Amino acid sequence: MKTNDLILRTTTALIAFILLAFSIYLFLAGHNAPGGGFIGGLMTAAAIILMYMTYGLDTMNKVIPLNFKLLVPIGLLIATLTGVGSFVFDQPFLSQTYTYVHLPILGDAELATAMLFDLGVYLTVIGITLTIILSIADDN
Amino acid sequence: MEIIMSVLAGILFATGVYNLLQKQLLRIVIGTALISHGAHLFILTMGKLKTGAPPILVKGVEQYTDPLPQALILTSIVISFGVTSLLLVLAYRAATLNKTDNMEELRGSEDE
Amino acid sequence: MSNLAIIPIIIPLLCGIIAIFFHKYVKAVRLFSQVMSIINLGVVLWIGWLVLQNGTITLATGGWEAPYGIIIVADPLAMLLVITSNIIGTACVFYAQSSLSKKQEQFYFYTFYFLLISGVSGAFLTGDLFNLFVFYEVLLMASYGLIVLGGERIQLRESLKYVLLNLFSSMLFVTTIAYLYSVVGTINMAQIADRVQQVDQTGILTTIGMLLFFVFATKGAIFPLYYWLPKSYIVPNPVVSALFGALLTKVGIYSIIRTFSLIFVHETNITHDLFLWLAGFTMVFGAIGALSTNNVKLIIAYNIIPAVGFMLMGIGLLSQDGLAGSVYYLLHDMIIKAVLFLLIGALVYVAGTSDLTKMKGIIHHYPFLGWLFFLAALVLAGIPPFSGFIGKILLIQGGVEQGQIMLVVVGLGSSLLILLSMMRIFMRCFWGEKEELNGGLKPIRSFTWPAAFLLIFSVLLGVGAEWVYPYVEIIANDLLDPSIYIDSVLKE
Repeated sequence: MKTNDLILRTTTALIAFILLAFSIYLFLAGHNAPGGGFIGGLMTAAAIILMYMTYGLDTMNKVIPLNFKLLVPIGLLIATLTGVGSFVFDQPFLSQTYTYVHLPILGDAELATAMLFDLGVYLTVIGITLTIILSIADDN
Repeated sequence: MEIIMSVLAGILFATGVYNLLQKQLLRIVIGTALISHGAHLFILTMGKLKTGAPPILVKGVEQYTDPLPQALILTSIVISFGVTSLLLVLAYRAATLNKTDNMEELRGSEDE
Repeated sequence: MSNLAIIPIIIPLLCGIIAIFFHKYVKAVRLFSQVMSIINLGVVLWIGWLVLQNGTITLATGGWEAPYGIIIVADPLAMLLVITSNIIGTACVFYAQSSLSKKQEQFYFYTFYFLLISGVSGAFLTGDLFNLFVFYEVLLMASYGLIVLGGERIQLRESLKYVLLNLFSSMLFVTTIAYLYSVVGTINMAQIADRVQQVDQTGILTTIGMLLFFVFATKGAIFPLYYWLPKSYIVPNPVVSALFGALLTKVGIYSIIRTFSLIFVHETNITHDLFLWLAGFTMVFGAIGALSTNNVKLIIAYNIIPAVGFMLMGIGLLSQDGLAGSVYYLLHDMIIKAVLFLLIGALVYVAGTSDLTKMKGIIHHYPFLGWLFFLAALVLAGIPPFSGFIGKILLIQGGVEQGQIMLVVVGLGSSLLILLSMMRIFMRCFWGEKEELNGGLKPIRSFTWPAAFLLIFSVLLGVGAEWVYPYVEIIANDLLDPSIYIDSVLKE
């Protein structure tokens, strides 16, 4: 059956990118403002799922030739290793630190090691959400 | 405010338990989701509700919100997100394989 | 302050994550898991030795000191249980290679296994009630993965109930923590204990304590909340059943020991007396359940329940002997339940059925398996000088001291019933006339050796009680005096 999804397709092209951009903003803001890896990851996953719904599995698999399952262990590994990293500096597990650096265009920015942990969470959440939803969607 | 929120958490629990006792699998999953919402709301309420106060503790700041319940809720939300999504997949697979989503028929018999 | 306390959680976690990357290559992931679990066992033994020699190690993660941050407390009891879990885990990893199909091994078995060990160790080591919930969820998540491993129809059906039940009790756990937080304003177990002591455990705190007990009783399969256990424990692969039977309910029991020897100890005539009643019922109903069925797997699964009753009895007594008996019985039961599930797995594998009435004379074909089972049955039933006997004699001593004669009689009676249920398996399946096996002899060496390895520990625990008992006595002393734990965490 051919469905008319013109509105969905047109708006998705626009909305998906707004969602992706906002999710990355949320992720970057996360370590000391509202946001964070979990919520950012969920939003990124939502944007990708929206695109999957609009353009179909086959098209999207060509656009993003990425095995989302692999994101889960990578994310978990990053998150755990940032915790273990504090062993090297003889600090208690999960200790974190931050510093201010001057970046060329962006100006002064705060760099925190909590960010790395958040990155792990971000990747894990994207991986898990997409794996679960796509595994049901795949099933016919 | 706390009382209203507690009542709301109670309603969420009650509806959750009601759904949990249904036969249809999807209703049961929704029931667990409602119960977890109730629990999260309850933690928030138990940490005392305040509006317009930041969750920080600095000298001189008199009005602040307790950050601990928020941290607990976030953790708990993440966990219930994981469990609920897993439960959905499990329920879906169990329903397709057993060819029914009625808990009454999923009871199983003694001689297996 | 030392990072050593968190190592038993981190190593399995990392191993589990790394194992995902090459889960398709069965031989590689198998070898990796075997080597890593032995290494982990070694490390845990070393840390345990340090703790037993130098006292409790605590770690404030992220540099947030107690009572504000998340505290990991490696005290003797927790470390002893972590070591036991790792011994069982190592045996199960070696058993898994022959028990599981290639496809099941590929389907992240080793990852789930490591996450389970990580969660169990975390639950033992954490000094914070909310983190206990988090680690419960870690181990439950891993157990959800393990219970559906293979994805058969019955498995999916039973696991659904298992997941729903655990999810519900977990949510109750969160709610209880919220109650407790609103009353005492902290989730650090040591500080909770301190504050509960200050207000002399008012009525609301006892109520919260009972709610908490309800949660742990669901996880630990105590009467009348054990109904979910037997059926969901027999559907997965034997190696998974062994891990579940040995570790999961015991985490619930450990949590009860911890909270009701540390926090809610001021109204014993309400809480702990109830435990004694429940312990009696748990023993009786579990033992009756074990006699009620012809399914060998189900018999072993039902046998978990009376053991839980024995441990609960020690907590209810809350005396030196009672607690020592509980801890001893806990160690003993973890190992012996793993052994039995592993042996029964081998039995079902060679017989091709789990129905008691359809087997006969297996011992003629597999004498080693038969005698191992016989020995395990004796250990389980508590025949002297094995480990079950030591635990029971301590519990009985404690019971007699406090005049709980009825409970002691019930306990002894249920021990007899347990022995009867085990002998039923032995007489029906192993004994009897020699019969031709359909399918011929199967190689089961890789099944029996891990079980024999565990059984050695079990026998040592009984015969070598002289070496183990002093540590258990120290632990029981520590448990009886909450201020030791509180001081070691809060360092006032």
